[in-house]
Amino acid sequence: MSSGAERPTWTSHLRRQVASMPPEKLLPDTQPVYVASWIYVFGALTIGAFIVVLLSGAVIAMAGPSWWHHSSFGHFINSTHLWSTEFFFAFMVIHLWGKFFMAAWRGRRRLTWVTGAVAFLISIPIAFTGYLSQQNFDSQWIGGQAKDGINATGAGAFFNVLNFGQMLLWHAVLLPLFVGLLIAGHVILVRRRGVVPPLPGKGGA
Amino acid sequence: MSTPGYPIAPDPNVPWTGALRRYDLIKEVVIATLVVLLLTIGCSLIFSSPDDKPVTIASWSAADPGDFLTTAVSELNNTSGTATYGPPYTHVAGSGQNLIGGISLQRIVGVHIPIKAPQVFVLDPLHIVAQTDPALTTVLGEYESASTSDQTKWTDAYTAALPKAIFKGSSVTLPAGHYGPVGPMMSALLAQARAGGLDGALISSDRFYQSDFTRALLFLADGGYLESLAGSQHLQGSQWGMMNETGNYPGQAWLWLYTFWYQVPPFSTSDNADAQIWGLMALFSAAFICIPFIPGLRSIPRAVPVYRLIWRDYYRRAER
Ligand code: HEM
Repeated sequence: MSSGAERPTWTSHLRRQVASMPPEKLLPDTQPVYVASWIYVFGALTIGAFIVVLLSGAVIAMAGPSWWHHSSFGHFINSTHLWSTEFFFAFMVIHLWGKFFMAAWRGRRRLTWVTGAVAFLISIPIAFTGYLSQQNFDSQWIGGQAKDGINATGAGAFFNVLNFGQMLLWHAVLLPLFVGLLIAGHVILVRRRGVVPPLPGKGGA
Repeated sequence: MSTPGYPIAPDPNVPWTGALRRYDLIKEVVIATLVVLLLTIGCSLIFSSPDDKPVTIASWSAADPGDFLTTAVSELNNTSGTATYGPPYTHVAGSGQNLIGGISLQRIVGVHIPIKAPQVFVLDPLHIVAQTDPALTTVLGEYESASTSDQTKWTDAYTAALPKAIFKGSSVTLPAGHYGPVGPMMSALLAQARAGGLDGALISSDRFYQSDFTRALLFLADGGYLESLAGSQHLQGSQWGMMNETGNYPGQAWLWLYTFWYQVPPFSTSDNADAQIWGLMALFSAAFICIPFIPGLRSIPRAVPVYRLIWRDYYRRAER
């Protein structure tokens, strides 16, 4: 706390936040003994899949959205974009169930759960807008069907699934940016609070 | 008894002071990324990815001209899916799904993407052709200056006769009847569609660059052709289609719960299924985010011994 005379500023507040995360805490090379299970790998695998999704998407972005329909290399890159997405969701869901059964929100770690859960929910429209941006039969059909669901919520008036330009930008810019920031916050929270200890064992409180 | 360094009920609020082990986070993330990269490349080489050609208005009108004309006449006489849709496309009293009781977010938000079906899908495109076709100009003039009751009489007669239509190339022949100008209008529209002109007309605007396919996609969605293709690819809503994609690919498996509701009553038979299911999923999503705050739900992990499996080494030592 600052003394009575010097009132805290936003700047000093941010400095304290940054100072509370020294490099040894952000990137430790030891962990408590209980951090010893395959389940801990799934967070890292989810990050790995997210990176592969971003890289394959970046290659498609460089050549433009129609490229992969008439280039066999483009089609291969599209396949990697699809499959890394499938792995991203698969690993994320295993990670999620693991954290649920560990009640990993205990001890001021609730925000870690919340950021993860929101990242999961926002990943769904990333995949969905990706399907809409494919410019193929699947996009046409999904757009025609999905409009009814979204229109029923009133959101269809502003989020028009039949507007290709709008969907492509949500898919390639807005939503990934948002999920990327959430993942960063999520991981910083994990480091900041430390990995949650085991639940009290048999006969424990 | 618990071993020193392995406290059996560590306080999750305070930093751990027990035993530590070596752990290389960066190596873990790097190897994880490489593993995913290899898995991804493997699956891509083995399974590839689907890419079915889009349907065009030209391919639709060639493959199923009867369906195309049925849809076009329904746009002209305002009975199509889009014309009767309500918000956000058209003003139709009482249309729009209800969330609960008589409350409809769809109606509250209202019409934001206005579509005048007869003009957008039939009359405006025909006026482009009419610029070089004086006979069509006359026919269009006759239709547009006629009374609504005459227009409806013609379109109804045309719709009734369509099942008996004979198609040859891009021309259509109907049994003799009182179709007025609707007969030549629809013949011209079919020819325009077959030639690809309608594809262009539906995406063009007063601007040069295009990125919005709302009108063309609404028109396709109003027809039966797209749906029949989707049905043969197990993509319809009643076939769990929302989580499927073309071909044998995993699709959006994470939509299983959302898709599930559409298969079961009361939703499978409700006119307001979309609004109700979205409302329900909004509640479930909020609950999912809030699990750590919800008494009962947040205690489930204590009752299910999966955690004993995850931390089995730790408990073995701590309980020794
Ligand atoms: C968007 C994708 C996600 C990524 C990239 C991600 C990444 C990570 C990483 C790297 C960790 C630390 C290592 C580990 O324990 O696995 C972690 C921990 C955690 N994750 Fe996620 N996560 C994601 C989604 C989620 C979701 C959907 C949830 C739950 C709704 C969640 C809940 C948690 C919790 C509670 C922890 C703290 C674990 C502890 O203290 O032991 N995460 N996450």
